Amino acid sequence: MKSYALFQKDFHSELRTRYAINSLAMFIIVAISVILFSIGNENISPGLTGGLFWVVIFFSAMSGLSRAFVSEEERGTSLTLQLIASPATVFTGKLLFNLILVFLMNIVITLLYSMLFAEFIIQNYLLFFLTFVFGNIGIAISSTLIAAIIAKAGSKGTLYPVLSFPILLPLILTSVKLTSFAIDGVPISEAFFELAIVLCYDIIMISASYMLFDFIWKD
Amino acid sequence: MTDFSLQIHSLQKSFGRRLVFNGITFNLNKAGVFGVSGPNGSGKSTLIKILAGINSPTKGQVIHSSDGKEIISEKLHNYIGFVSPYLVLYDEFSAWENLTYFSSIRKISFDKVKVENLLDQFLLLSRKDDLVKAYSSGMKQRLKFIFALMHSPLFIFLDEPTSNLDDEGKLTVYNLIQSESKKAIVVVASNEKSDLIHCDEVLDLNNYKV
Repeated sequence: MKSYALFQKDFHSELRTRYAINSLAMFIIVAISVILFSIGNENISPGLTGGLFWVVIFFSAMSGLSRAFVSEEERGTSLTLQLIASPATVFTGKLLFNLILVFLMNIVITLLYSMLFAEFIIQNYLLFFLTFVFGNIGIAISSTLIAAIIAKAGSKGTLYPVLSFPILLPLILTSVKLTSFAIDGVPISEAFFELAIVLCYDIIMISASYMLFDFIWKD
Repeated sequence: MTDFSLQIHSLQKSFGRRLVFNGITFNLNKAGVFGVSGPNGSGKSTLIKILAGINSPTKGQVIHSSDGKEIISEKLHNYIGFVSPYLVLYDEFSAWENLTYFSSIRKISFDKVKVENLLDQFLLLSRKDDLVKAYSSGMKQRLKFIFALMHSPLFIFLDEPTSNLDDEGKLTVYNLIQSESKKAIVVVASNEKSDLIHCDEVLDLNNYKV
């Protein structure tokens, strides 16, 4: 499959250059360390740990997910991609790469969080798992689209989080609430509305992305 | 023999208020070499990119056809080959890896014999497993030709094709243009008289400014 071949190319390239992995790893370690040092010996509420969890996820995504398109633009290989693949193939391939990156990144964050924050105890694992999966899919889709938009702009580093924040805010707020429910042990039936919001967000963003990407990608 | 054509109707390109060219119309209905000439800044590269489907015109149409049917833009990349000084290949991969990935992404079978012949023709066969970042600019330019030709395109667009090449490289390119022009439409954009002398017809962009 063409998109899978593009994903393989990006994955192979990332293993050789470690463009995104290094910055992501350092950011995750620094962010969690700063939170730990700031909290010190204070006891924080479980709800607050859930909120901080998604703060780390959001800023980690901002530090690494733009690589998918920014590196192509900075190296001048965007033209090469235009010559070998249709816009839909390019977007799908880049999205696959960002999905893998987001899930790997957030699994590490979740594991570190569970080990370092005693208050981060999940009562409803299924609810947390669904929040984790749908939330990460939404982050990957939105981040990929925004990365394509800012790739050709100047001040990419500043523009990426500035553009991402309003688009990701509904997803992050709902995911924080769902994580809080999962920590409190709220049953899934009572969190159905919030789960539906996150799922609808993913569906809307993926539809909008495929409709808009052609205009973003081509001059 | 595949029936193919390239039709350009009243092409205009502007960047903001700056008009680059206007009113370009021509039809290429058979294999051959077509040249585009003009001074620096006249829009040669812009025209070549529009013909290759990379950029859109401000007004007008470009229609690529094969076997009497228009090729849609989503599939155009499998019918065109493109070489230019500003084309960049992936320098963290070897030449062979670059070409293998391009075949997979295009979803066309990787013709190992053809690619090896092309690498040999362009004197890169012994360096095919070296990373592209270790290549000289001339070697990178030669690799771009292999990238452009490995999938036997019907439309070949060459922007300043002999830049960074030594005399031997230029001779290889001219031989290639002659051989490919028997089965494809080749468009060459260049300032060099030695590049344009091989063209059946030359379009001078100076004639298309208002």
